[in-house]
Amino acid sequence: MSFGGRLTAVLGLLVVVIGFAVWGVISFLLPQPSTVVFTASSPGAPIDMTVQTVPAIGFGFQPVWVSYLVQNQQGQWIHSTVWQLPAHTRINVTLDQYDSGSPLRNQNWGRVQGTIGGHALYNGKPFSYYDSNTGNNGVGHTFTVPALNLSVPLIGVNGNATNTCGAAPCTTNFAHNTMKFSFVTPGAGSYNWQCFVPCGGGYLYGNGGPMSTLGYMGGFLDVVA
Amino acid sequence: MSETSGTTDDQGTEPASSASDASAPAAGGQTRHMWRIVTIWLVLAIIADVLFYTLVGPHVPPGTMTSSASDNQFDFNILLMVALPVLVAVWVYLAYCIITWRASRAGVPEPVGGPAARTNLGVQVGWIVTTTVLVLGLFIFGTVRLITGAGSGGGEGPNPIWTPTSAHILPVQVIGQQWKFTYRYPTFGGFETSQLVLPVDTTIEFHVTSLDVIHSFWAYQLSVKADANPGQDNVAFTTTRQTGNFTVRCSELCGIWHGAMFNYGRVESKSSFEDWATSTQQLTAKNTALLPPYALTYTPDANNADGGYYPDNVDPYSNAEVYGATPGKPTPPA
Amino acid sequence: MTLAAERETEVVYPDPTPPVLGGFQGLPSRPGWFSQHLGTAVALAAGGYLLGHWIGNWMTSGYPNVALAGVNAVPVTAGLIAGVIGWLLGIGALNYPLAKIVGMEPRPEYESTSWTKYLRYSADHKVVGLQYVVGVLGFLFTGGLLAMAIRTELLSPTSHIFGPGTYISIVSEHGTVMMMMATSVIVGPLGNWLVPLMIGARRTAFPRVEAFSFWCFTAGYLVILSALFYGGFPTGWTGYAPLQTQAGVGMMSYLVGFAVIGMGMMTAGLNLAVTIINYRAPGMTWSRIPIFVWSILATCALLTLATPTLIAAGLFGILDHTAQTAFYVTEHGGSSFLWQNLFWFFGHPEVYIMALPGFGIVAELLPVFTRKPLFAYKVAAAGMVGVALLSFFVWQHHLFQSGINPDMRPLFMLTTELISIPTGFIFLVGMGTLYKAKIRFEVPMLFCLAVFFNFLIGGVTGVFLSDVPVNVTVHGSFFVLAHFHYTIMGGLIFAFFGGLYYWLPKMTGKTLNKKLGKIHFWLMFIFFNLTFFPMFLIGLLGQPRRVFEYAHNLQGLNDFASISSFVLGASFLVFVANFVWSIFIKPTPSPANPWDSLGLEWQTPTPVPYYNFERIPVVLSDPYHYGEYDAPAVADLGEGGLVTAGASSPASEAEDPRPPAQ
Repeated sequence: MSFGGRLTAVLGLLVVVIGFAVWGVISFLLPQPSTVVFTASSPGAPIDMTVQTVPAIGFGFQPVWVSYLVQNQQGQWIHSTVWQLPAHTRINVTLDQYDSGSPLRNQNWGRVQGTIGGHALYNGKPFSYYDSNTGNNGVGHTFTVPALNLSVPLIGVNGNATNTCGAAPCTTNFAHNTMKFSFVTPGAGSYNWQCFVPCGGGYLYGNGGPMSTLGYMGGFLDVVA
Repeated sequence: MSETSGTTDDQGTEPASSASDASAPAAGGQTRHMWRIVTIWLVLAIIADVLFYTLVGPHVPPGTMTSSASDNQFDFNILLMVALPVLVAVWVYLAYCIITWRASRAGVPEPVGGPAARTNLGVQVGWIVTTTVLVLGLFIFGTVRLITGAGSGGGEGPNPIWTPTSAHILPVQVIGQQWKFTYRYPTFGGFETSQLVLPVDTTIEFHVTSLDVIHSFWAYQLSVKADANPGQDNVAFTTTRQTGNFTVRCSELCGIWHGAMFNYGRVESKSSFEDWATSTQQLTAKNTALLPPYALTYTPDANNADGGYYPDNVDPYSNAEVYGATPGKPTPPA
Repeated sequence: MTLAAERETEVVYPDPTPPVLGGFQGLPSRPGWFSQHLGTAVALAAGGYLLGHWIGNWMTSGYPNVALAGVNAVPVTAGLIAGVIGWLLGIGALNYPLAKIVGMEPRPEYESTSWTKYLRYSADHKVVGLQYVVGVLGFLFTGGLLAMAIRTELLSPTSHIFGPGTYISIVSEHGTVMMMMATSVIVGPLGNWLVPLMIGARRTAFPRVEAFSFWCFTAGYLVILSALFYGGFPTGWTGYAPLQTQAGVGMMSYLVGFAVIGMGMMTAGLNLAVTIINYRAPGMTWSRIPIFVWSILATCALLTLATPTLIAAGLFGILDHTAQTAFYVTEHGGSSFLWQNLFWFFGHPEVYIMALPGFGIVAELLPVFTRKPLFAYKVAAAGMVGVALLSFFVWQHHLFQSGINPDMRPLFMLTTELISIPTGFIFLVGMGTLYKAKIRFEVPMLFCLAVFFNFLIGGVTGVFLSDVPVNVTVHGSFFVLAHFHYTIMGGLIFAFFGGLYYWLPKMTGKTLNKKLGKIHFWLMFIFFNLTFFPMFLIGLLGQPRRVFEYAHNLQGLNDFASISSFVLGASFLVFVANFVWSIFIKPTPSPANPWDSLGLEWQTPTPVPYYNFERIPVVLSDPYHYGEYDAPAVADLGEGGLVTAGASSPASEAEDPRPPAQ
């Protein structure tokens, strides 16, 4: 092969290899849930956030996985767990829990910790801890931010009810429990949050699958100044 | 140049005599090189060791907050003071060779081959003896420090053999779970908390275990590291000496949030620790009653805690779903 | 201008008529009614994967617990295994045993002169060696790109480019790809290419097994790469259970990939070990074989004996993941300690598999560039054998804080400290060879000197890690990471590049550009140290391994390491440019012996004919008699002449009146 031919062949091979690598990175490594931005209506005003946890997301790569969803400030339900919040702001969270529950593996997560007032509302009634062992519907998930010592158990619905929600986003005509709690965001930073109930069914110790994937049972609070 | 290449005519004996010629003036030359190297090394090694000992040594991690921290800081310093002369020796030697005997330098004689260049029994035996003595010395040092330091803050498994001798030991259980450490204080009713608070001037006995995969409890300033294994108890000892804050990080890859699995703790005075412990015990009393009794390991019941990965026939909503409970046997309500 | 051009001692080669040879020469078989090459391998691998996947689904369809489990790993596992079998069938690696099973006569061999032989199955050890060069570089650059991704993520403790699950998968993939490469990085390309020539043989003992090992190596690459497309695996290259059992299907790529690479490692090791023991030329006693061959022998003992443990451990993991057994799950009767111990029982000899060939290359190259014989040859060989033997007795130093029986720890501290004695012999040998030498700073020599510098730091920090109290501070932190990058990358990879620059002129017949080589060396050496030395400090200051977040006060050090790593990555591009330009695009022919070496592999014409030596040489002494005027000849090549030692640099040659040639 001539010099020109060899040079072209090598450059062509290089383009193919680099193209493959770039395609691999862009398609498989970089994609992440989009960040849902919450801004206060006026400086220092509290932010209201509506979140739901569903027994099966119903779409995407893993339609049977449990997941969180959040409603953005335009009212749409977004399948993302990366939420951007302003610093030093009170966040009032309303969480509709559509999933069934079970007794907690570690009853320590049955306590409400780190919220304003030290308690949360369960269908309107305040509670500071929940006994998941006494034959009730158990705890479905928790909303826990380890760095802020914030943790709220999310009580389960009856698994035998006839109107359980099958696919997200769920609406309140399905069986659900409503939890309300408030907390104050700290200074700027990235704080991860996760569920502490091993709800990844079919994975050893229940912590694989949706528990180990960003966008389902864990995410980030990106607190910006 | 003339000493090493055979300029005279005799073919057979010239190399031998040129070799001996090479060694006769070179005996002075050989000694000169080695003396130079040894002198440079001695000076630099002493400077390095002194500088390190005075400037860096007192600040070497992990600090002096506990007995194991000061022990490990001291051990690190000793090892580095032994390592520095070794490093300097090799570097000085290599630099000397590269500078003195590089081919581009004028006047570098041709190397002489032959048996003298292939082996030198004195050098070989000396090297082997020196390295063996060094290494065995370090082994003895390490073992003595491990034994006298009551395990030096490392996890000793469920049956530790190097235990501290103090009369009053505070047991603290560290439970690793994906992805946070929680702590139980058995002498205060077994309450569970996410905060690690310890009294000063006290010997702490850590019992580290896991509810799922392998984690590792690394309390950096306390210089305690013990792996958290499921179904196993791993005991580590330390004695706190100073008050202050410390960081706990998980140091065994345990899944997606391993990098975020850390918390802060503090060592405070005995009285404020007592206050904190008794008040937390009262605040969480109702929840503590729901926890399983304090035990060295916990086996979450198969059906719930193994995520349904293994098939079994336990009713998922039965009362047997408490960690530590025996499957099939209902737990009395609180 | 090379020294060889100035020497009067030219070895004159008669007309190269191939000698009459009997028996299998290690050449490929004449193709049958269809030709097999990389394309058929890919096609059959894809077909095999699909077939295996379908079979896996069919097998598990009757078991609701498996089919409905969060992850049904059986189709993926079956698919990967069938894909590997398809790959091997497609390239023709299994043609001979299949033909024998069926009773067919194997096809006659033929010597292929076309460049396409590198894309086919060939049992000629020189072709396999060059194929390995490309394969190993492919692994290295894949792992390197992943490393760039890791350092990019670690630029900031709070803003994240990759999600945490993806980041952990990148870290795991980087580690696994690099470790898979590093086990074969010298044994594969240089061991296979050089060992028969260095010992005066025409072929290795099992040429088809050697080629099979290469095609297992490439299959393993494809399998481990597939992990990224399955969502990755979260355990790091160490694969600790039970996190391994919790992971998704990407974990199967790791388990199957290591099994496949393990097959390649064992077969390559067995082949070379038997070759060295049985195929040495007449007169080549154990004290005359080149020191590089000693290092390969010690490495092959480890490859053959340690790898089966990994494959067994991987099989247990596959069973845990597919058939819901509980080898590694404590609550159901297994033990989370089992994987750790099995893995590290393999893992520690594994890292000596990586260190020993590097020592071999350095010891082999030093005499050539110092024009002095190797100092303390017997100590060097004994050191390598000693390291290989002792490496089986140290594995629990990875488990000091794991909760192992506490009185095991002083025992393993002792054995680990003891292994540093034979490891230090390479420094004795190197330092003795450099004494009163005449050092030529060619590019390969620069890499050898860098190995001494880097491995010294790596080895000394290993002593820190072996001290159990200090281990409490540094285990699982960036200190360990810096230690093994200094020993593996600083020792092995630098030695690998030194060996490439040294032997590529003989392997390819083309000269690599010296200026680009020096630029590559200096960039790589300086920025390697600037990247990894701060990591000792980062580890001492409390940052654990494999984390995507870290303390804010460590950001400065992390950024320094990251930026240095980008320049380090760029230095490899200089090598690639040099390699591709000098060998493919605008090649310059190389003389037969550009470094003026006495080694037997240099006494062949370039390109080396498939039969290696026209007549099997009779070896008369070892190849290190530099600087001796009345040294015995190295070998008698028959009509090719004698390989003599004698004065070996032109200046003294002018004054030595004795005729240089025999």
